[in-house]
Amino acid sequence: MRRFSLSRFLAILTKEFIQMLRDRTTFAMMIGIPVMQLLLFGYAINTDPHHLPTRAEINDDGPLARAIIAGMETSDYFRFLGPVSGEREAEAALSSGEASFVIVIPPGFERDVIRGARPEILIAADASDPTAVGSAVGALSGIVERAIAQTLTGPLAVAEAAPGPFSVVVHRKYNPERRTSLNIVPGLLAIILAMTMTAITSVAIVREVERGTMETLISTPARPLEVMMGKILPYVLVGYIETVLFLIAAMTLFSVPFTGDLAAFLAGFNIYIVINLAIGFMVSTVARTQMQAMQISFFTILPTILLSGFIFPFAGMPGWAQAIGSVLPATHFLRIVRKVMLKFGDFAAIRQDLAALAVIAVIVTILSLLRYRRTLD
Amino acid sequence: MSGAAGTEPATPRAEDGPAISVRGLTKRFGTRVAVDHVDMDVPKGVIYGFLGPNGSGKTTTIRMMCGLLTPDEGGGRTLGHDIRTESDRIKEKIGYMPQRFSLYGDLTVRENLRFMARMYRVRNVREVVERTMAEHGLDRFADQLADTLSGGWKQRLSLAACLLHAPRLLLLDEPTAGVDPKARVDFWEEIRHQGRRGITSLVSTHYMDEAIQCDYIAYIFRGQLLITGKAHEIPRQVGLHTWWVTGPDLETLEKRLRALPGIEQVVRFGNRLHVSGSDAARLDAVAREEAAHGTHTWEQRETGLEDVFIYLMSRNGSEDADGLPRGPAPAGGTG
Repeated sequence: MRRFSLSRFLAILTKEFIQMLRDRTTFAMMIGIPVMQLLLFGYAINTDPHHLPTRAEINDDGPLARAIIAGMETSDYFRFLGPVSGEREAEAALSSGEASFVIVIPPGFERDVIRGARPEILIAADASDPTAVGSAVGALSGIVERAIAQTLTGPLAVAEAAPGPFSVVVHRKYNPERRTSLNIVPGLLAIILAMTMTAITSVAIVREVERGTMETLISTPARPLEVMMGKILPYVLVGYIETVLFLIAAMTLFSVPFTGDLAAFLAGFNIYIVINLAIGFMVSTVARTQMQAMQISFFTILPTILLSGFIFPFAGMPGWAQAIGSVLPATHFLRIVRKVMLKFGDFAAIRQDLAALAVIAVIVTILSLLRYRRTLD
Repeated sequence: MSGAAGTEPATPRAEDGPAISVRGLTKRFGTRVAVDHVDMDVPKGVIYGFLGPNGSGKTTTIRMMCGLLTPDEGGGRTLGHDIRTESDRIKEKIGYMPQRFSLYGDLTVRENLRFMARMYRVRNVREVVERTMAEHGLDRFADQLADTLSGGWKQRLSLAACLLHAPRLLLLDEPTAGVDPKARVDFWEEIRHQGRRGITSLVSTHYMDEAIQCDYIAYIFRGQLLITGKAHEIPRQVGLHTWWVTGPDLETLEKRLRALPGIEQVVRFGNRLHVSGSDAARLDAVAREEAAHGTHTWEQRETGLEDVFIYLMSRNGSEDADGLPRGPAPAGGTG
């Protein structure tokens, strides 16, 4: 193969830009998908819900019980709807979905606490949605302990020393307020880029095949590398624009901090972009129509969303799922973004994921180049 | 069917050699043989018509000549370069116009031409593009999106795009398909104009009446070349003799004539019948006898290219020697 022609490469680049700007659908997709997803995921998905409807059966109206209820209310996790009386009413409140929790404070509660008899507070929770009630339950033990500490002072403080039944200590780093958006929003960048980069690239190439312009392009003396680079580079720029837009929105709308090293972030980001463009290129060699290219692109997104640790914690997945997850580029990029944005990450911190991305990039690029040569015939 | 190609004398090699010379060119798609051992020589500076019905292998042959497709068997040279190994060199020197409109519909006429000029690394792109647009009357559409042009103007734009880099050889695949008659006439005028400047054109078409526009002709049918040669020599080469018949009730006459000995082909062209046969003496005898009835006018005419093609097609469609599966003879042929 002879020398790379810069003028031909620039001609393809210019042409691609003009087409990109004239194609309203693609343009809307490039800007619309990131914004829509950010707003949907950032605002709508919340695995740590607050103000859960709660009813209480209070059989001991002493200061300690009142302090516990007050503490629960100020925690924002619970919203009290009024008392219930008796087990049947409590059951009805839960099964109808009217309440997510029913708290039962037994008679003589305060006296038993002082005596050290470790009375039990019964919390009946609607655990049909475990994520919904999990954190509220987790917060409860702290609330009760604090209420005891604040209420029983002086000679009564002996009871504090006794190990209560609620001795769970939860220490929440990086996200003390436990905002889901801090977890979801940085991860979303990995998903948005995978989705738009793959789809836009594959559609842009398949469009040439579908409209017959690829035949013209191949019949000119243009080299495969010129065509590939000229077609792909505009979309690298799109990736940059999307990311800048995204970071601005994440930092202003969702107050996600950017605590780590920008250079480390950019290193991972650039490799990730290359990978997704190469995947888009591969999709274009399989798809016959623009519609197919779109469908295949979105099909490849599904495992990325489910297995990359974007929605479900990676460590909690079974071994086979983790194995699949670790070959997905999004898994590694997602970790890089979270580490750099939230956890003061630098190159040392993201070393492993960066290496994994680099390996994936090399493999995917080689595969797509091999595929491209085949499509010439 | 390679016999026809042998009628042309062997041409000398190198720069003085033919624009295109291929031997045994074969391409299969799965089990289907799209192009079956095609031999063809296109001399320099001529207009070479590549005729045949749709799906007969014209596009595949042209693509192999450009180096866009690798032949399964055979090979050859285009402008002296090997079509298997030197497709890069070939692409730089030829102008190829695909069958479908294959420029960018979402770019303007000027943008398309500038893009193509840059792909061929033409010097002074702006100047060349403006001049080419003026020459082809495209200047008034310069800023119009290519998709909004009519079929005829799209075809002109495609041709202009092929000519930007001043190629010595044009390979035009069905350039007149789906184009109105006026645009077809203009197109052939343009090709002849290019021919006067020494540019060789290989033009494929399924319009048999366009054969008269060409200096040389190759006729392909089901992947096989049935005949090649100089356009005016082809009827003699086939040895077909023809009478034209005019008069009332041609349908009844047509049926009756088909059954007569010495008549191998009866084709209706508008308000006349073309009656042909390869045995001149027997045909003439029948013709004179029929003419004696006085109901119809019979006149002996030179066999046209269209008569020849129909004759070749029906002969090769019904009884074929090589045992390949054949469908029914196409419409227009005689049984």
